[in-house]
Amino acid sequence: MSDAPAAQSPWQTVTITRIQKRTPRVTSFFLQPSRPFAYRAGQHVDVRLTAPDGYQARRSYSIASAPETGETIELAIEKLEDGEVSPFFHEIAAVGDDVELRGPLGGHFVWSDGDGGPLLLVGGGSGVVPLMSMVRHRAIRGSLVAAALVFSARVWDEVIFRDELIDLAERRDGFDLVLTLTREPARRPADYARRIDAAMMVQAMTRLPAPPKLAFVCGSNAFVTAAAEALIDAGVPAALIRTERYGV
Amino acid sequence: MVTRGFSSGRKPPTDTDARIPPGQYLEQGFPVLSAGPTPHVRTEDWSFTLKHGPRPIKKWNWAEFNALPLTKMTRDIHCVTAWTKFDTAWQGVLVDDILADAGIEPPTAFTLALGFDGYSTNVPTKDLTGGKAMVALLYEGKPITPDHGGPARLLVPHLYFWKSAKWLNGLQFTERDEPGFWELRGYHIYGDPWREQRYTNDP
Ligand SMILES: Cc1cc2nc3c(=O)[nH]c(=O)nc-3n(C[C@H](O)[C@H](O)[C@H](O)COP(=O)(O)OP(=O)(O)OC[C@H]3O[C@@H](n4cnc5c(N)ncnc54)[C@H](O)[C@@H]3O)c2cc1C
Repeated sequence: MSDAPAAQSPWQTVTITRIQKRTPRVTSFFLQPSRPFAYRAGQHVDVRLTAPDGYQARRSYSIASAPETGETIELAIEKLEDGEVSPFFHEIAAVGDDVELRGPLGGHFVWSDGDGGPLLLVGGGSGVVPLMSMVRHRAIRGSLVAAALVFSARVWDEVIFRDELIDLAERRDGFDLVLTLTREPARRPADYARRIDAAMMVQAMTRLPAPPKLAFVCGSNAFVTAAAEALIDAGVPAALIRTERYGV
Repeated sequence: MVTRGFSSGRKPPTDTDARIPPGQYLEQGFPVLSAGPTPHVRTEDWSFTLKHGPRPIKKWNWAEFNALPLTKMTRDIHCVTAWTKFDTAWQGVLVDDILADAGIEPPTAFTLALGFDGYSTNVPTKDLTGGKAMVALLYEGKPITPDHGGPARLLVPHLYFWKSAKWLNGLQFTERDEPGFWELRGYHIYGDPWREQRYTNDP
């Protein structure tokens, strides 16, 4: 059963092996687990930080890497100015540092090649992270499942994983990319410069060979609400839409 | 393990410590969590069914349900994504009063809460009775908004908040403790925040 929960694991120490700036506000952290870590595309981890006096902060982060990518897990973390955990990663965490991590978590917002498609992925800002794992998984597996990613960002330079996504779309192997910028004109011919709406979803679906079997929507709460409504207005049955909300 | 360079700037005042379960942090807002799109259930279309297994015991429409005794409950709530919110104020119908209106004692030790969106969550019956849980109709004196589970949601504040099923349309007594939607997908069968029972194999 594809929705069976993964065996849960206790906290483990992971080491930051690489840090890569993705956009002005999003940086990727590559983590080396101390114990074997098998996961599915779309899952997340809980990260825990501990102060000298024992105080702990914990937050959830989606996994950006594909399950096939080997040992390290990639998290892509957006810096929220007055936040607690994301500024720690951006300002303090360095290669060689250890943090604690638990997971993989989540058994609903997951997709594997074997689950089939067509697949409609809709992400806003850092909400693209678990969708990136699915897109990478699909590419690595040489999957023939048709997939379209509609990715909303404020400006061109905030399109996380932009070059990689454009490269993947240019393979023309059944993966299509639609970018929509909300604070800048569109750059590519078929892209948009507005917030996601039902008309955009209808057009995105014409890029798929058949109506989607599954739709995954991820981002801020407000984004997910708006995008899920747009999908329903575009005729996608609610039962096919899976959402992941980043809370704020 | 102490994290290099991390300090306890956000540590809550000690007088609130006793109210924050392990691994949780205090949240002022009210984040939203759900597995799919938000259903918009109109009160005209709303109904609530009490069932024993597949067999319906009693069904109420919106007006009938609102005529049941209303109780206020102000409680701290704890979401598995690690936020805790103090003093959330709800009004609704105690599960005890629903059972009384149906004229029954709980027939089994386990219950599934059922939602309009097809989701379900399991709660032992004894965690729903004795004034511990209600079907909430109002939040802070106003109808519960759709994103927070309105028109009616279950409120079981002593368990992690996914147990407080949104868009509730029924309670079903079951012979065995049957895992619900989230419990089949990696979340704990019981979900006590004070024992940090977040995920399936947590003690
Ligand atoms: C399943 C899941 C997956 C996620 N995946 C990702 C991901 O891949 N990438 C990513 O970047 N994020 C992700 N998130 C979001 C992430 O978990 C954090 O919420 C995010 O990084 C913010 O944490 P923080 O500690 O920096 O900010 P927080 O300290 O939690 O603050 C969040 C916001 O609330 C405000 N705030 C906080 N406390 C207060 C207060 N006391 N008073 C007033 N305002 C306050 C802050 O100003 C800030 O803007 C995910 C969330 C979930 C649930």
